Amino acid sequence: MNRFRLLAASLALASTFTAGCAAARSETRPGDDSARVSDSVATSRTLAGMANGAWESTYTPLPSEPTLIENATIMTAAGEEIESGDVLMENGKIAAVGTGLTAPAGAVVIDASGRFVTPGIIDTHSHLGVYPSPGVDAHSEGNEATDPTTPEVWAIHSVWPQDPGFTRALAGGVTALQILPGSANLIGGRGVTLKPIPGRSAQDMMFPGAPMGLKMACGENPKRVYDDEGPSTRMGNWAGYREAFIQAQKYRAEWDRWMEDGGEKPDRNLANETLAQVLRGEILVQNHCYRADDMVNMLNLAKEFGFEVRSFHHAVEAYKIRDYLARESVAASMWTDWWGFKMEAWDMVPQNIALVSEAGARAILHTDDDMEIQIMNQGVAHAMVAGRQAGLDVTRDEALRWITANPAWALGLADEIGTLEAGKNGDVVIWSGDPFSVYSHADQVFIDGAIVYDRLNGVRPVTDFEAGMLPPQPGVEPAAAGSGPTGGTGGGRP
Amino acid sequence: MSRFLIVLALLAASPPLLAQDLAIVGGTVHPVAGPPIEGATLLIRGGRIAAVGTDVAVPTGTQRIEAAGKVVTPGLFDPWSSLGLVEVDLVSPTRDEVMADDEDIVTAAFDPTLGLNPNSVLIPYARLGGLTTAATGPRGGLIAGQAAVIDLAGDTPAEMLAKPAAAMIAYLGEAGAGRSGGARGAAALRLREVLDDARFWRRNQAAYDRGESRELVESRLDLEALQPVLEGETPLLVQVHRASDILALLEIAREYGFRPVVVGGAEAWMVADELARTNTAVILKPLTSLPSSFERLGSRFDNATLLTRAGVPVAFSTFENHRAGYLAREAGNAVRFGLSWDAALRAITLEPAEIYRVQDRYGSLEPGKVANVVVWSADPFEISSRAETVLIRGRVVPEWSRQRALLERYRTLDGEPPAYD
Repeated sequence: MNRFRLLAASLALASTFTAGCAAARSETRPGDDSARVSDSVATSRTLAGMANGAWESTYTPLPSEPTLIENATIMTAAGEEIESGDVLMENGKIAAVGTGLTAPAGAVVIDASGRFVTPGIIDTHSHLGVYPSPGVDAHSEGNEATDPTTPEVWAIHSVWPQDPGFTRALAGGVTALQILPGSANLIGGRGVTLKPIPGRSAQDMMFPGAPMGLKMACGENPKRVYDDEGPSTRMGNWAGYREAFIQAQKYRAEWDRWMEDGGEKPDRNLANETLAQVLRGEILVQNHCYRADDMVNMLNLAKEFGFEVRSFHHAVEAYKIRDYLARESVAASMWTDWWGFKMEAWDMVPQNIALVSEAGARAILHTDDDMEIQIMNQGVAHAMVAGRQAGLDVTRDEALRWITANPAWALGLADEIGTLEAGKNGDVVIWSGDPFSVYSHADQVFIDGAIVYDRLNGVRPVTDFEAGMLPPQPGVEPAAAGSGPTGGTGGGRP
Repeated sequence: MSRFLIVLALLAASPPLLAQDLAIVGGTVHPVAGPPIEGATLLIRGGRIAAVGTDVAVPTGTQRIEAAGKVVTPGLFDPWSSLGLVEVDLVSPTRDEVMADDEDIVTAAFDPTLGLNPNSVLIPYARLGGLTTAATGPRGGLIAGQAAVIDLAGDTPAEMLAKPAAAMIAYLGEAGAGRSGGARGAAALRLREVLDDARFWRRNQAAYDRGESRELVESRLDLEALQPVLEGETPLLVQVHRASDILALLEIAREYGFRPVVVGGAEAWMVADELARTNTAVILKPLTSLPSSFERLGSRFDNATLLTRAGVPVAFSTFENHRAGYLAREAGNAVRFGLSWDAALRAITLEPAEIYRVQDRYGSLEPGKVANVVVWSADPFEISSRAETVLIRGRVVPEWSRQRALLERYRTLDGEPPAYD
């Protein structure tokens, strides 16, 4: 492989794990923000119903029974760590969290003595399904790299539900994840929040009611991809975003006028439809942005056009502008210490997450990776330890929030998931030991109160792709969902 | 003067690699070559381990490192890196690990350590994870060139080198096939052709020098570089994943009499018996679970456990340069999936040393070996643990990194531009 090809491969790799995301709340859903806009005008002139309900979630929770998990260390991600505590789930929701809870008649009771319970883990940045395994050319679905500005594309239309990566993420305790388009484009399209459970279509995995995201990308990737047909500098990047939002403002005004005054219905334009929803606050901006100065410029862009950035992604230099992030209520989705693959990833400090958190901004550990998403409990432990070793006062609850409550907020789902509190969805993980230990496994994973993964009892999904691909191996258990034949005992360790 | 500058001043003042006598006292020592010793003393003299045990007398005046309650291991050894050869992946002038290209897929003579950068920013960051030693090598092509063993300290490439030309690097499977015309058989054909010519060149060197030899496919330098491989002196490290590709490698190795080492080996567990029978080592990444390509359909977290159970020598790598310090995490995850703790430690210390045939100097805490030692706050594999003291050739390495310098600039934000610190 010559240098050029090596570089090209690296570029492809870099774009894979820097791809951005964006998805917007479907304009078709009654009862959401867009429907509220229509409440004040004639019902015949609304944005609701635009796509005729065609792209709604078709997710149905798996059957569940009332379940009491008892005698565990309960890490709530809501400020508490309860020793010998219990979690009760009923009707797919968390019914109670505390000590000495009583199981309702007929409930499944799980004795979790010596084990730990956390909320399901949430990743704000994944390309599972759009860059699935095996990573062959035919599966390269994440970057619509035909134009630097493609707000019209939706990641949900690329997601391959048979990506084995979903099963591995689930086995790592992940219960919700945002799938984003890549970062080749200034505006890459809509992202979508999924549950990593089996489905025949990606719609079967869609998190009901989750707002979509808009993937935008700063910096090196978009300016590198397009040669003569697109931006080649950062200033070109900024002109590109501004031009797109000028069009979107015009489009939004046409539709607002129509809703107000009637007349001939304006033509639909998918690109502007997405950006208009961003301007209305219905689609959350998820912005791939590494450098501090790029992030400040993005906040300026948001001010010029009157939208909000929900979360910066990658944000390797977030620590340099953590006061901006706290002031503007913008989250930062970060790695612990991925760095060095390009210039804008050069100024990494492993305390990035802890520093952003200390400043009062919403800090998030994201993965953008099909392996790291399987060990987010370890990743967040590394970030916590790095912070503590530098003298930052990071609590365990705070660190857990980096992979639960804070990503839930960044996805617009803070009322439904992210903590162990009564009323939240029954997205719960039982760990074999302290989740911040390298030796701990996710033993059982619940989504909406239903057990969807059980390492100890052989409950683990297998995708169509993996079915029958290798002959059975005598004496060796299948390794689907990444589980080995034995849980490591760590015998002999000091 | 900031702490950063003080550290720099200290660095400048220290003579390179001049080790003083040291004793690490009271820790639980894992020599790897034998069972752990609690409350042990590790005595270091002249950069080498002088003694280890519970009854070692510490001469008066010897500098002591108190290690009671701590864990002492050999420095970790990454068997598959390009440390010192790569800075920024996407900035090609900072990369010196690839010579092969589409036209020339055999660059056996390539020794990338001539471009080794002792000031690589990656090296201090890797040391924070307890890494003291690494194989650093070339990439690309069918035969990429030669890897060396380096210590992660020193002011010049020569000071860093522990063993030059310690292994030859090659590719079969999808990578080798892709660079050889597209087919697996093409890669095997090219490899055999090169090895045949290398053998021919050795036997007909005089005629070759007189210009009376038949045409040979590669340059004299490449054919000469392959001689230690044919003589079984240095191993041929071959990146290969699919079970059948591993068996093909073993067959070629048998034909030509070289010592193969499997790199990657996602499906190695499926041919564990053959690997054990031929005593072929495998360098793998425990954190591998996905069928990320058609040659890795059998990927599973407990690959190392199954191989070790069958008697196959196993070593671990992160397969990353910028996060090479995560080697202990790989070992910890192997333990999570059933490997014994001792075997996991061996896989990141002594086994790499044996692969590169430097086990007489590296990989365990035994008298006479190079004093590459780490004192850990607790279990080295555990995330909460820290490499508190790192010794390379008997010298304590300053705990300094560019990341720490950046942290100090931004530890507080008081409105002043940090550039004026």
